[in-house]
Amino acid sequence: MTPEEVAGHLFHSVVRWGRSSNVFLTNASRLYIDVGAHPEYATAECDTLTDLIASDKAGERIVQALVAEGEQRLRDAGVDGTIHLYKNNTDSAGNSYGCHENYLVRRRADFRAFASALLPFLITRQIVTGAGTITRTPEGAHYSFSPRADHMWEGLSSATTRSRPMINTRDEPHANAELYRRMHVIVGDSTMAESTALLKVGATDLMLRLMEAHVRLPDLTLANEMQAIRAVAHDLTGTATVELSDGRHLTAVEIQQAYLDVVRSQVGNVIERTAEVDHILDLWERGIRAVREQDFSLVDTELDWAIKHRLIERYQARLSCGLGDPRLARLELAFHDVSPERGLYHRLVAQGLVRTVVEDEAIERARTVAPQTTRARLRGAFVEAAAASGQDYTVDWVHLKLTGASKTVLLKDPFRSEDSRVDTLLESLGADERG
Amino acid sequence: MGQTFTSGQPYEDDAPEPAPAPAKAESTDALDSLLDEIDDSLQTNAEQFVRSFVQKGGQ
Repeated sequence: MTPEEVAGHLFHSVVRWGRSSNVFLTNASRLYIDVGAHPEYATAECDTLTDLIASDKAGERIVQALVAEGEQRLRDAGVDGTIHLYKNNTDSAGNSYGCHENYLVRRRADFRAFASALLPFLITRQIVTGAGTITRTPEGAHYSFSPRADHMWEGLSSATTRSRPMINTRDEPHANAELYRRMHVIVGDSTMAESTALLKVGATDLMLRLMEAHVRLPDLTLANEMQAIRAVAHDLTGTATVELSDGRHLTAVEIQQAYLDVVRSQVGNVIERTAEVDHILDLWERGIRAVREQDFSLVDTELDWAIKHRLIERYQARLSCGLGDPRLARLELAFHDVSPERGLYHRLVAQGLVRTVVEDEAIERARTVAPQTTRARLRGAFVEAAAASGQDYTVDWVHLKLTGASKTVLLKDPFRSEDSRVDTLLESLGADERG
Repeated sequence: MGQTFTSGQPYEDDAPEPAPAPAKAESTDALDSLLDEIDDSLQTNAEQFVRSFVQKGGQ
């Protein structure tokens, strides 16, 4: 069966509900079939990390429900088969996909310089937030921090599939363009553990907050970004150095520590101190230490690369095989399987071997309910009411429109969760806005 | 800013206590029994399974 046929079965109920394989759901997220017939899920705009993690994990459950339905449809058609859906980063042929992060930043004249200043951080953060993977080469196999690192070809660019930049500079803020700019980061791995997501997005957010407040960061501009991201990815010892433009040679551990130290120094100042900020900084510190001291147990229930490393090491010892053995590649895939039964990540959580960050009920709720403190709340309420009314409608990140209606509601402020125009629209649909 | 490399870590004391992880031996046992459970399914046609996982497109 081709991937396109499988995608057709997967999206059967989506198409029946939304009359399209490219829809916004009642939780205000977007779900569609991307090039190559794989499902893509984009969370709604979130202004807290817990909302974001809940929404991201809810997306896994949403596509998992599609897998279950798709399998039932196969059985009904007399086809004996299972559908495996992986939230991972590369396939066996060396194709790469991964995970995009979008941060809304204030518009500024020097966006390219602003974005470039983040590159040394993004290139080295993989030692804490990488998905971890077995890399196979003609010389043999080794464990790397990030499966995505080898697929990056440029620092900044407005193209994505052609050149694979680390930051996509396409100017598409999905918000008031006079005020906002989109920082579209493509260099992150798709990861499974909630703690990894907390650190990945949390630390990046803290860095952006410092940069927007004009806090002076150490100048760690790299001499060769593409070389650096590969050198860091393939050195689990954390001792490989990368060259800086000023001629210094530093390790990724040193670079991450330098950024962490600046962030720490601004807590209570630029950064408001919260339990969540403390959690991020503690995990960031331990992640760096784990590499520096080569004591992976410091983070092997929280950070994807360390969780997988432990799993693979243990299974390899049991099989007494080389790291390139296909059974270990199979294990790696199983870790990223979104199925709660087959997926190894989910079974590790169930066994208490991986820690979680958000409550299960919050994830379950996020499957159908939008984040309530951003524009997402308005979109979610509209989609729910319009779908329930049976009327045709169109919706995207900034527009809400009933087909045939003269007016389109334009929502340019992503931070605004209440809007009288939307209330009116909902009333016309016979919906209680808070419903 | 001269504060680039702070030596003290004033916030360390207040960092949230990590939830107690299972004792190492206990956790290794749990990991081993999990690997026991999935061993058969992982071993079955592993090479062909992995090779057939190809995903075109995307970014």
